[in-house]
Amino acid sequence: MTLPVFDTREDPGPNFVSLLAKSGVPPFEPFTGAASELLAKGISVPHGTTIAALRYAEGIVMAGDRRATEGNFIAHRRIEKVFAADKYSAVGIAGAAGPAVEMVRLFQTQLEHYEKVEGVNLSLEGKANQLSQMIRSNLTMAMQGLVIVPLFAGWDLNRKIGRIFTYDVTGGRYEEVAYHSIGSGGKDARTTIKLGIKEGMSRSEAVALAISALYEAADEDSATGGPDLIRGIYPIVATVDRNGFSRLEDAEVAAASQAVITSKSSAGGAQ
Amino acid sequence: MTVPFYVAPEQVMKDRADYARKGIARGRSLIGTIYKGGILLAAENPSKSLHKISEIYDRIAFAGVGKYNEFDQLRVAGIRHADTKGFTYSRDDVDARSLANVYAQYLGQVFTHEMKPLEVEILVAELGSEEIPSQLFHILYDGTVMDEGHFTVLGGDSEAIAERFGAEFKPDWSLGTALKAAVRALAGPDKNLAARDLEVAVLSKNNGRRTFDRLGSPALEKLL
Repeated sequence: MTLPVFDTREDPGPNFVSLLAKSGVPPFEPFTGAASELLAKGISVPHGTTIAALRYAEGIVMAGDRRATEGNFIAHRRIEKVFAADKYSAVGIAGAAGPAVEMVRLFQTQLEHYEKVEGVNLSLEGKANQLSQMIRSNLTMAMQGLVIVPLFAGWDLNRKIGRIFTYDVTGGRYEEVAYHSIGSGGKDARTTIKLGIKEGMSRSEAVALAISALYEAADEDSATGGPDLIRGIYPIVATVDRNGFSRLEDAEVAAASQAVITSKSSAGGAQ
Repeated sequence: MTVPFYVAPEQVMKDRADYARKGIARGRSLIGTIYKGGILLAAENPSKSLHKISEIYDRIAFAGVGKYNEFDQLRVAGIRHADTKGFTYSRDDVDARSLANVYAQYLGQVFTHEMKPLEVEILVAELGSEEIPSQLFHILYDGTVMDEGHFTVLGGDSEAIAERFGAEFKPDWSLGTALKAAVRALAGPDKNLAARDLEVAVLSKNNGRRTFDRLGSPALEKLL
């Protein structure tokens, strides 16, 4: 490896994606030839399922189940789909798990790269737009069946609020007012949040609602994994507030999941 | 067409080295030293935004003296090198030795082939772990690399500063003691340096994954 020094007109600036492209290893290269034919036939690759995010008084909470499915098989029981994008934001992924995790890695590197080169952080909207561009670059792969749709949320240091962004496959970026949920169980999770959300919820109320949204999603959608009491596998839950990203301890998520289950079973078999 | 005069290669190299040294001597100096639990980088720099010391990667920092635009270009190139390597392989595979080598190759190349050498001296510092000791790679304008185990001084007045600092140096000293000694050595016998005249950063084992931390004026005043 030589030192990456560029002519001033060729300089990629603080953009890591165009740095990779200029170094001859562009990300988001679509599959060609035999590989693209194979994808067109619909080979099954692991897919991540449900992610939910909602706002509470001091920030946002994001939660994701732990299942990845391959067709009608369970591919992984412990996959992690909620990540810290940087100190003040979180990203959750649904869709083709392989390229999605790769995109998260690229996104994390991009945010840190910008911060180090420029000496300042990108604004939350700047981060959301960067992710948008990455999703659009992946459009050809999406057409080949490898769709990635992330959910992005974080603490806006300028406006002092938590904000949530959703995306479509073309990179379209939409800001949500208070909550959203994506993936195969997204609709059920969304309904659950809609029925339970209130203005100015506390952190623990918001965490409980996010966990119960994933529980309801798993109840209706076979691709979403519910809390696994036998193996001790619980959703990944993270919050982002003025102090930054923090992932909840397994014990706290286990206790909150147990509380949801207890309240469910007390309602009896009628539901 | 005029025929250029023959100039002996020794003379060309000497002229270039003198030119680079003169450029570097105009700037102020910088000290990098290892203390118990981290690496301290301290420079005399009244500017709050044009930094001499920066973060390259999780455990690697960069410092430069001389011409600002030239060492800043090297700083950005170092970040690019490290981030590309970390993304392609893994975060564990990014190391200061290989970065110091590519810097040395580039500086050597520019020194021998370009019109003008870079008027910079740079430092690549890597925080060690339980098994690997911390390292300081001091790289000169012509690509010479020096690997220092305790401390190093960059810049014009480096010999006198190194002598003052070396007299006080103790292995495994604390951050506060090291910083005070660094400030005294940078200032010399005739003047005093206050927190606002200094740029100070550390690579500290207490900082989690990204070990780099810039110490602002309040933190500095407390330590001094």
